Order: sequence, then structure tokens, then C-alpha cells
Amino acid sequence: MDFLRPTSWEEALAAKAERPEALPIQGGTDVMVELNFGVHRPAALLDLGPVRELATWEPLPDGSVRVGAGVPYARLIAELGDRMPGLAQAARTVGSPQIRNRGTVGGNLGAASPAGDAHPPLLAAGAAYEVESAAQGVRSIPATEFYLGVKRNALRPDELIRAFRLPPVAGPQYFSKIGTRNAMVIAVCSFSIALFPSERRVGTGLGSAAPTPLRAYAAEEFLADAADWDGDLDEAVAGRFGELVGAAASPIDDVRGTAEYRRHALGVMARRTLAWAWNDHRKGALECA
Amino acid sequence: MRVRFSVNDREQVADDVWEGESLLFVLRERLGLPGAKNACEQGECGSCTVYLDGVPVCACLVAAGQAQGREVRTVEGLASADGLAPVQQAFAECGAVQCGFCTPGLLVQADDLITRVPDPSDAEIREALAGNLCRCTGYEKILEAVRRAAELKAAGR
Ligand SMILES: Cc1cc2nc3c(=O)[nH]c(=O)nc-3n(C[C@H](O)[C@H](O)[C@H](O)COP(=O)(O)OP(=O)(O)OC[C@H]3O[C@@H](n4cnc5c(N)ncnc54)[C@H](O)[C@@H]3O)c2cc1C
Ligand code: FES
Ligand code: FES
Repeated sequence: MDFLRPTSWEEALAAKAERPEALPIQGGTDVMVELNFGVHRPAALLDLGPVRELATWEPLPDGSVRVGAGVPYARLIAELGDRMPGLAQAARTVGSPQIRNRGTVGGNLGAASPAGDAHPPLLAAGAAYEVESAAQGVRSIPATEFYLGVKRNALRPDELIRAFRLPPVAGPQYFSKIGTRNAMVIAVCSFSIALFPSERRVGTGLGSAAPTPLRAYAAEEFLADAADWDGDLDEAVAGRFGELVGAAASPIDDVRGTAEYRRHALGVMARRTLAWAWNDHRKGALECA
Repeated sequence: MRVRFSVNDREQVADDVWEGESLLFVLRERLGLPGAKNACEQGECGSCTVYLDGVPVCACLVAAGQAQGREVRTVEGLASADGLAPVQQAFAECGAVQCGFCTPGLLVQADDLITRVPDPSDAEIREALAGNLCRCTGYEKILEAVRRAAELKAAGR
């Protein structure tokens, strides 16, 4: 096995072009588990740790934020909680402090597990992922087009994930996750909501609910139309929203839960997070008035 | 490959390191520092917690090559010439150690907590230690020890 240590983004792209079979490693919280248990024997490890560009974030002129793939969860929580509340909430539920000190959104995207906690809030908030190769340059992939199957993403063999971009936060965002403990759990299922009140639009993201993380489009459209954006949340509307979220899932039975339980729990989380978000939305509207 | 990094303020060199090897393996098997424990090798138990550039991490999930040129502090490096660190003294005083397997990781993680948060609440202690499993004590004595360690540290011990 080779251990490649590029010290800049250009060097990293060159290394990946020359050795497409090299396995990138950032926090190592997925990669090292597989190495320790002999699941994988990659021909080479490509350590992106020394690539400083990946560990930085910047606000862009249009108010959106571009976050390097290598910013660990702990920094995302400490530095970006106000700019991406949904993602920060999800980050707080990842593993343990030690895991959050090392684990990154870039690694979550690379692993592309349907249970990865970063995916639902990124989908709900309308994220795009910036990937790059030495030969083809930069591609921006909308979150909705990135997940292709269980642990499969749209990355080409010579590409690396550079960053993710999120539009400016336009309203309340929430994340909720079901597990057996308040720490160290892979989601039985998870849900994220984002409201865009000025556009009267809703974003959703579902985790551990199908072979890939996904949005519940029918639920989003229903809520955007049926809700009274200037009034209180109607219980029947919230209930129907929950049903439509559950219906968008195609979950499986496994050791963590049955398909039926997951569908039910998704509906409950959808109603609950919607209530929290609507509460904030109304409070915000009243404070502005 | 050769990996060079600092451990407990001393420059260390490990040779013939396999590229897929963990920092934990290098510390224990190549550098003779068995303080950090190997229990699960998958980040679940926290027994292998060490500081990497001042940040607590699971040494079993750091590739050895990722430590190149960096600073590692293990449980062996917590005590100073003046004696035990507050966390070590408090764990001993409070009887927070039974078989001791989880202790080195808990000490590093608790040391980080009381350094960042001088007077942690019980909720903060629980959250900070959520990734450190103990199969013996039932955690009550551990919570007590962390509260005591914060006191000792505040008292300048
Ligand atoms: C004890 C434990 C608990 C966990 N709990 C959770 C949890 O609660 N929720 C959750 O979502 N996950 C959890 N995980 C999984 C893991 O921590 C996350 O998926 C994390 O986001 C991975 O980030 P990393 O930087 O450590 O990735 P790495 O292990 O370094 O990489 C993961 C994958 O991404 C690829 N990759 C990394 N960076 C790039 C890049 N820049 N370009 C292209 N490919 C790249 C790698 O090749 C690899 O395939 C847990 C893991 C452990 C060990
Ligand atoms: S041995 Fe590293 S976390 Fe268990
Ligand atoms: S004292 Fe035995 S595992 Fe904690």
C-alpha cells in the first residue's frame, strides 16, 4: 500500500488523476474502521489532511456559504451554527466528541451511506456539492443528483470533493433522528425540514428511509400550497404532511428497525419538526411586524 | 514507511510502519506506549483517546501517516514533574477505576473537558464522555471524579 500526502489541492487532484484507485482519507472515521477490520485493502491512501484549502470556509458575495470538505463537525457546530442551523443540529448528533473532532461532511458525502446524518439537512436546505478533477475541472452537483445508490455517489474516479455550498439561511431549519441512545447511534431514520417563507417554499430531507437519502417532493409541494403562511399551523395540514413524508420513503427491515416502524417514525418526525419550524416562523413574522 | 511525530513532548520515529496501520498500533506496538487501550478498533469505546494537536481523537481511527509532523499527547503525558494531573488524582480519590481498561481514554477526554470548561455541569460531563464506554463502574463514580478534577484544577492543583 502507498501513503500519498499531497500538501495542496492541485497536488491532491494530480495524485488522484495519476492514481484513481487511491482511497481518499480525511477524518478516517469511516476509512479506518474498514482498514482495521480488513474490509478494504486499497492500493493507496490519499491523505487530504494536509490540504489546507479543504479545512476552510467562506461566505460568498450572494450570501451563500462555501464550506471545505475537510471542516470537521466540531468546527461546523462552533463556527457555522447560525448560517446552517439544520446541518449544525445534525452534526451535534454524529457519534461522540472524538468522532466529531475528526469526522467531516466531505467524508459523509464520500461514504454516501443512506444513514449519513449530513445528507437530510443538506437536501432540505438546497445544497450543492463542488467536485473537481485535474482533467475536467470543477463540477457543481445539486445534492438531489449526488446520491445514486446505497453507498454510491456521482463522483468520477479521478474526482475529489472540494466543498459544499448552502444558500443563505432563509427561515427555520430543523433536524431529527431516531436512535436507541442520545449519542453514538446510526440513525434508524432521520428527517430534516427547511422553510423558505418569503418564497413560500419547503425543503425536506429523509435519511435511512430508502437506498439513498432523498427529498419528499409531494410533501413539500402539499405543505407550500396548503399552509396558511400568515397564520397558525393547521393540525390536519401537518398530519397530511407527515403522511406524505412517510409515503415518500421506501424503507427496509433491518436490525435497527422495521420498514413499518421507519415509515411511522418519519411521519412523526415530520409533524414534530414542522411544528417547531412553524413556531419559529410565526414568532419571526410577529417580531418583524 | 517511516513516521515521525512528537509524543508527550518527545520526537519519535517509527520505522517499517504499514501504510494502513493506525496511530494506536504505532503508539502501543512500536513506541512502547501501552497507555491508550485497544478495545474495539472502530471508534465506539473511546479507550484509545489521545490528543492530536491538542484535540481528543480516537487513535484507532487515525492512520499512522496522518500523525506525521504532529503533536500527540497520551495518558502517559498527562502527569507532570509535580505529580499526577488533576484528573488522575481525582479518579484515584473517587474510586472511578475498577478494571481500568477504559480509564486512559476517560482521563484524556475528561482532561480536555475541564481545560475547556472549568466548571462543567452534569449534562456537559455526560455529553463530553458519551464516546467513552465503561463496563464496570456504572459511571456514577466517574461523574464524581470529573467534578472533583475540575475542583482540583480550579484550586491550582
Ligand atoms: C463510532 C462512530 C460513530 C459514527 N456516528 C455517525 C453518526 O452518528 N452519523 C453519521 O452520519 N456518521 C457517523 N459515523 C460515520 C462517519 O463518522 C461519518 O460518515 C463521517 O462524516 C466521515 O467523515 P471522515 O472525514 O472521517 O471520512 P473518511 O473516513 O476520511 O472518508 C469517508 C469516505 O469518503 C471518502 N472521502 C473523504 N474525503 C473525500 C474527498 N474530499 N473527496 C472524495 N472522497 C472523499 C473516503 O475515500 C471514504 O470513502 C460514525 C463513525 C464512527 C466510527
Ligand atoms: S479502540 Fe479506539 S475507540 Fe475503541
Ligand atoms: S473500569 Fe472497567 S471498563 Fe471502566
